[in-house]
Amino acid sequence: MTDPTLKNIDQDVVREEARKARWSVLNEFWHYFSANKGAVLGLCIFGFMILMAVLAPLIAPHDPNLQNRDAFLVPPVWQDGGSWAYMLGTDAVGRDILSRLMHGARFSLFIGVVVVTISLIGGILIGLIAGYFRGWVDTLIMRVMDIILAFPSLLLALVLVAILGPGLVNAMIAIAVVLQPHFARLTRAAVMSESNREYVTSAKVAGAGHMRLMFKTILPNCVAPLIVQATLSFSTAILDAAALGFLGMGAQPPTPEWGTMLAEAREFVLRAWWVVTFPGIAILVTVLAINLVGDGLRDALDPKLKRS
Amino acid sequence: MKKFGKLLAATALMGLMAGSAYAKTLVYCSEGSPEGFDVAPYTAGTTFDASSKPLYNRLVEFKRGTSQVQPGLAESWEVSEDGLEYTFNLRKGVKFHNTAFFTPTRDFNADDVLFSFNRQRLTDHAWYEYVPGISWEYFNGMSMPDLIKDIVKVDDYTVKFVLTRPEAPMIANLAMDFASIVSAEYAQQLEEAGTPELLNQEPIGTGPFQFVAYQKDAVIRYAAHPDYWQGKQPIDDLVFAITTDAAVRAQKLKAGECHVAPYPNPADVESLASDPNLKMMEQQGLNVGYLAYNTQVAPFDNTNVRKALNMAINKQAILDAVFQGAGQAAKNPIPPTMWSYNDAIQDDPYDPEKAKEMLEAEGVTDLSMEIWAMPVQRPYNPNARRMAEVIQADFAKIGVDVQIVSYEWGEYLARSKEVDREGAVLLGWTGDNGDPDNFLAVLLGCDGVGGSNRAQWCNEEFEALIQKAKTITDQEERTKLYEEAQVVFKREAPWATIAHSVVFMPMSKKVEGYVMDPLGGHWFDGVDLAE
Amino acid sequence: MLKFLLNKLVLIVPTFIGITIVAFGFVRVLPGDPILALAGERGVEPERYQQLLVQFGFDRPIWEQYFTYVIGLFQGDFGTSIATKRPVLNEFMTLFPATVELATCAIIFATLVGIPAGIISAVKRGSWFDQLTMGTALAGYSMPIFWWGLLLIILFSGVLGWTPVSGRISLLYFFPQVTGFMLIDSLLSGQAGAFRSAVMHLILPTIVLGTIPLAVIARQTRSAMLEVLGEDYVRTARAKGLEQVQVVGVHALRNAMIPVITTIGLQVGVLLGGAILTETIFSWPGIGKWMLDSISRRDYPSVQGGLVLIALIVMVVNLTVDVLYGLINPRIRHQ
Repeated sequence: MTDPTLKNIDQDVVREEARKARWSVLNEFWHYFSANKGAVLGLCIFGFMILMAVLAPLIAPHDPNLQNRDAFLVPPVWQDGGSWAYMLGTDAVGRDILSRLMHGARFSLFIGVVVVTISLIGGILIGLIAGYFRGWVDTLIMRVMDIILAFPSLLLALVLVAILGPGLVNAMIAIAVVLQPHFARLTRAAVMSESNREYVTSAKVAGAGHMRLMFKTILPNCVAPLIVQATLSFSTAILDAAALGFLGMGAQPPTPEWGTMLAEAREFVLRAWWVVTFPGIAILVTVLAINLVGDGLRDALDPKLKRS
Repeated sequence: MKKFGKLLAATALMGLMAGSAYAKTLVYCSEGSPEGFDVAPYTAGTTFDASSKPLYNRLVEFKRGTSQVQPGLAESWEVSEDGLEYTFNLRKGVKFHNTAFFTPTRDFNADDVLFSFNRQRLTDHAWYEYVPGISWEYFNGMSMPDLIKDIVKVDDYTVKFVLTRPEAPMIANLAMDFASIVSAEYAQQLEEAGTPELLNQEPIGTGPFQFVAYQKDAVIRYAAHPDYWQGKQPIDDLVFAITTDAAVRAQKLKAGECHVAPYPNPADVESLASDPNLKMMEQQGLNVGYLAYNTQVAPFDNTNVRKALNMAINKQAILDAVFQGAGQAAKNPIPPTMWSYNDAIQDDPYDPEKAKEMLEAEGVTDLSMEIWAMPVQRPYNPNARRMAEVIQADFAKIGVDVQIVSYEWGEYLARSKEVDREGAVLLGWTGDNGDPDNFLAVLLGCDGVGGSNRAQWCNEEFEALIQKAKTITDQEERTKLYEEAQVVFKREAPWATIAHSVVFMPMSKKVEGYVMDPLGGHWFDGVDLAE
Repeated sequence: MLKFLLNKLVLIVPTFIGITIVAFGFVRVLPGDPILALAGERGVEPERYQQLLVQFGFDRPIWEQYFTYVIGLFQGDFGTSIATKRPVLNEFMTLFPATVELATCAIIFATLVGIPAGIISAVKRGSWFDQLTMGTALAGYSMPIFWWGLLLIILFSGVLGWTPVSGRISLLYFFPQVTGFMLIDSLLSGQAGAFRSAVMHLILPTIVLGTIPLAVIARQTRSAMLEVLGEDYVRTARAKGLEQVQVVGVHALRNAMIPVITTIGLQVGVLLGGAILTETIFSWPGIGKWMLDSISRRDYPSVQGGLVLIALIVMVVNLTVDVLYGLINPRIRHQ
């Protein structure tokens, strides 16, 4: 039995040290990240999008699905015939485009979060198993990943959605399946390079189990590339979901998903530019903001580029 | 070597086309690619427009602009007393196309008729499955294998069809696309060359235009048939520019890149009609869109409930939102352009108040039902999902809760047939041959229960009327029977009849002599271009 | 070298078998029934339905269907399209040149613009040109190309009327398809204006399909150049007083191009995926649009054959890139 107070002090010191270390890591990270103006701008836009998505029901001027039968294809406010009631105009059945875009932000961010979560967890598990166990498990898993990657991702997602049935949820599943091999490959490569390092060997010697080795010892050291890949996938997910929606295989009307809105707007290409233009801008700006953040993250997390 | 020969032929033809510098070329921006150029294996209107209409003739033809039948390759015909034997006297001196790939040595005769039908009819015929996977869907769909007992060549210019039972619509059936006459001599030549599949790719017929070239999913080219039995066409070349997107078709019309383009977006109709270089033709389509209740499942087995629901549907709102003006409210199960349409019938009034009362009187409260919306766009229903949404809103007003359901198209068609199906189904029908039997018996007859009769409705009175009408050849008598059948239909309300679409056809003002087909086809014989 | 190649080839076999299983399996589990979808409202009699099942071979056990299919594949038989009743391979090959033509133009466009932009950005690092280019590249990389296409149509075809809305060439021109590539065929035809028309039709689709590869190539070139420019031998060359042009052109460029070439090769999958969207928007008669149509028609054999063929193409191109990379960069081979 050692002195309880001494132990407490010990622990406090350790905790304090750890906290400080974490702070300094974060500080350093923010230092590099904020040096990239684009990344900060991207983060601001992204924050704004999140705010809009969260507050959509409160700030949207209209119900996104409400059809006003007296206001078909009203142009935006600055054009002749536009009105303040519908700042960005209305679509073919008299729905307010601004309100639909605001609600659409919820779908796009939701898609991004869900797809990245599914493919990240799935990819990490698969990659860890393949990289850790090697041998035939590895070979089998990597061949399956090769097969998935041999198909153009949009085509594969299309076929998967055709199998599962068109709809938002199925589109998300399909995209997650298609994106997942990237995470798996990344994790596997990181695991393979890490598992020969000293700290892993010593943990092994100390008698750590498979689970502990995989998740507690190795995984935390592969986090940086995974974070960068996750941001990239976030934007890819939004783009692919919009593409599926555009092809009629994603979210179904009247859901105000941006790609689906574009699909519905296609017949008005030459007649009402606003129904086509605004949803596209929304997609572009959101994806661009995320990619800017992704670039910033990579610069801040990748020590090799940091030096140059 | 063969490829080189083809190339030579094509070059020669090109020279021919270039030589006539003032050739009149009509460009039709079609809505899709044909599946092939042999007509009978297919069922799609797009395929028929590109094959049976320009390239082939039939024994009898629909008089342009009507669904009435007139002589075609058969100059005349006789029907036996018992209605079982149809004897056709064939036209003499009808020439087949003479093209780079085929030179006919004889005129059209009875052998061609026998070949055209027997290949679809006799399972042991050498051409029954001339391409793996080919099948004769329309011929089978019209019950022809059971109906036709035999086809006899009496002499070179006389053919006799022997039936197993009297069938009033028989002549109209023979004017349909699947009954197009192909060249037996050409088929024989292909068989000897070991390339039967070319019958479907390089077609030969007797029609007003002959085939020149097809670039998959892009362009089909035809030239006027110089020896056509009704005389050469006023235009020299006919081009189908395949343009699947309706907005793009509209744009091409405006830019003068095509002369005629079908199926405009309802939203574009106004701007196309007001274009100074374009004109707009319109016609009521030979179709009906309906909502079929399942009359065998409570509470829809109660006529008053069905009536009440019908009264709650605001058809005007549907016409505005779904058809955007390109439609007409339906009160009968057959379209107004069809003979025997009973115009005396009064439609159910739109009256949600009364509808609610009626439901309450029947003790139906808190009704919750499914409405099925088709996943595809059809002529009779341009947007089923939107239509379902409008009906959902209408039914909500009388306290009926609606869930909208949809399945993949094949699945939708299969499931909606089930006798114990829940919910009401949005569907429709486009006429094949202009005969009321083609609507009433198929869609509402007792035989169709568990099949094409989506209301699962079998009414003795109605059934007796349409069965009787089928065996009589006198049209006036048939008209009376069908009119009466429509009264029964309206009284019993197995469907909510929703709308007949209006078909718009924008075209350049230079196009002369175009006649719209009530059966939905697109014909270019007799069409001219003003200079 | 031979061993390296063999290794790669051995890997291809299981992947290819996997692809056939996936394509075959996917198509079997697609919901819906091609026979019923084809028959439409009219429907089919139950007996007729049975007949058709037998005719299409859908009545036999799954594994038997699979083996028949694979054996067919090796004999070049990819099945018969249910919609058109023509051999799938035949259909694919008639449409494939259109896609190849479009994809080739797109990648050439992306390379010709992307590499110089990337080089200049790297050399003038931090300049306004660099920032503008990289900003634009990132926007291009974030572009929903289906919307981008619509926007270009509105502007160039609708408002300005400079380019045609869709198709491969004006209908005025008609000549035999010798190669299937419209640019070449139009030249061969010798018809005045045909080539110009084909080019005008290609411009917008090329830009749309080339946008993402362009962005990727520009970014990749820039970072590869930056890396090389920082290396010792380049510094030495500079110190020796060699001209900037010479340093960049001779020393740095050659080494920087290795990863860039790989990047270009890897764009093939992106291009074939993007072709689905681009061809749909511009009514371009290629395989992307055909795949989409086949999926919505439930044309099993076409979807199946298309998946296998496309995956095969992607695999072969990737293999070629790998081998080229191995040739240029011997270090890889020995790993």
